[in-house]
Amino acid sequence: MSCWETFESYALRSLGLGERLLPRGEFTLCEHFVLIGSGLIWNVYFGLLALSSGFVLATVLALGKNSDNALLRKPSEWFIFLFRGSPLFIQFFFAYFLFLKLKPMHPVFEPLSAAWLGALIVLFFNTAAYSGEIFYGALRAIPKGDVDSANAYGFSGWPRFKRIVWPTMLRLAWPAYTNEAIFLFHSTTLVFFSGFPTWQQRGDALYYARYFADKTFNPFIPYPILAFYFILLTLLLIGIFGWVNRRLNRHLPQNARLSLKPRMNLIR
Amino acid sequence: MFSFCTDPSTLDTFRWFACYLTTGKHMQLYFAVVVVLTLLAITAPTALLFGFGGAVAARSQIAPLRWFGKAYMAIVRGIPDIAFFMFFVITLDQFFEWIRHSIKCPDWSEPIRQGNDFIVCAAAKLPLSSTPQNVHEIYNFFLAVLTFSIVYGAFSAQVLFGAMNAVPRGQIETAQAYGMSQRQTFWRIVVPQMWIYALPGLSNLWMILTKATPLLFLLSVEDLTYWAMQLAKTVNERFSDYPHGDWRMQYFLALLVFYLILTRVSEVVFDRLTQRVSRGQGIAGGAST
Repeated sequence: MSCWETFESYALRSLGLGERLLPRGEFTLCEHFVLIGSGLIWNVYFGLLALSSGFVLATVLALGKNSDNALLRKPSEWFIFLFRGSPLFIQFFFAYFLFLKLKPMHPVFEPLSAAWLGALIVLFFNTAAYSGEIFYGALRAIPKGDVDSANAYGFSGWPRFKRIVWPTMLRLAWPAYTNEAIFLFHSTTLVFFSGFPTWQQRGDALYYARYFADKTFNPFIPYPILAFYFILLTLLLIGIFGWVNRRLNRHLPQNARLSLKPRMNLIR
Repeated sequence: MFSFCTDPSTLDTFRWFACYLTTGKHMQLYFAVVVVLTLLAITAPTALLFGFGGAVAARSQIAPLRWFGKAYMAIVRGIPDIAFFMFFVITLDQFFEWIRHSIKCPDWSEPIRQGNDFIVCAAAKLPLSSTPQNVHEIYNFFLAVLTFSIVYGAFSAQVLFGAMNAVPRGQIETAQAYGMSQRQTFWRIVVPQMWIYALPGLSNLWMILTKATPLLFLLSVEDLTYWAMQLAKTVNERFSDYPHGDWRMQYFLALLVFYLILTRVSEVVFDRLTQRVSRGQGIAGGAST
């Protein structure tokens, strides 16, 4: 089988399209690259959706934690502590078994025990908690002068938040938030490792890398390929987030701008 | 465990749980807690030591040593997390077996890698296939500690490297003005002062390390996750005196609570430690008396 044929049969394998049987027997380098790359679709899916939905909840949580009202502050604090204080791995397990319990109760809960929704919800809450803490720190770091000036210009309430507080918060939080985004994409590899089962062998990049490593007893090919894909993904993320960072900082003089300090993976 | 546990089916709820939670398998679960805490207790100082070595190497005047230090930090940080764990344990294992193989069976003629198989002579197997089960477990634990130490060593090298550079220049210049040698400056001025700069990073790292312990499960150490899985499965009365349904959710809830408590305790300890090391330093938090 030529490499192009391999590509045609396995490029969308993780979505259930193309060849049904995974490669067996002799494993070519091409099969390694195509299948692990195909699994990456899931990592990108989880990462993108969790990040974009988590962003909204994170803003709410940060505002809640910064609030003077205990009724808003306490739940936000607890939410953040709950998801930042425990391992994501255990959260996945717990959530999966919880969803299994809910499943027989009502058909609404049916899709929750599948990875595409259930794991997405866990990742969404998790990243919201981590980013919420980052945004909270940024909210506290907003220069008093900025808010005072806004007051002096007659800003208050929603316009002040939208025009002054929120953009400044984002600007201050952005370098840390970039790292959070990178971690999130790395932690998407945990999904099929914890409780969530794969359906018809449609897994993520690590799932296929492990498939090859298990079959060939040789970790030296699939895992470096996986690492290669993730480094590529990380560089892409840094590029996009760097562009946003430049936009957020464009009104400032050169020496006052914040620069990104990308850190590669840490486990959460 | 208790005297009234002889016939569990007759017990009321409270006594039933008292008996259930003290069965032999549960004792192994509690022992797994000890295993996790032991791993943390061994890994944290080892990783710190590796990190210290890495940071010192990265600051070295000798170019190859410096390259080694920088490469160590860069490589480990650049590889995705659990992929590293999966990859590293097999690699370490094969590496040890290959060394023993080269020493113990010099007249072995066949190649070690035969297609998809990794084959060493029987005498080089680690641990030997004849050794009892608990030696295997200890060996796995040892591999896990080594893997964790190498990975977290790289992260702490990064933190310590930054902290050493953060010690105010004036302090080092003063030491030199007093005629201290490089070595004296390093051990008497830089090392005692760097901790306050290193502590936020190290505490962060500790939190991440505690939260990485469930991954022991992947390194085939029988940890909390493993025992929770074993115990929580549905058992009927044919196989156990304590039949119950699917309790996996409850068990993982307990694990969640365990880790939350661990995090909370660590937070408190690190707050105390920060106060302790900031004594006598010329920074906002440590007004010297």
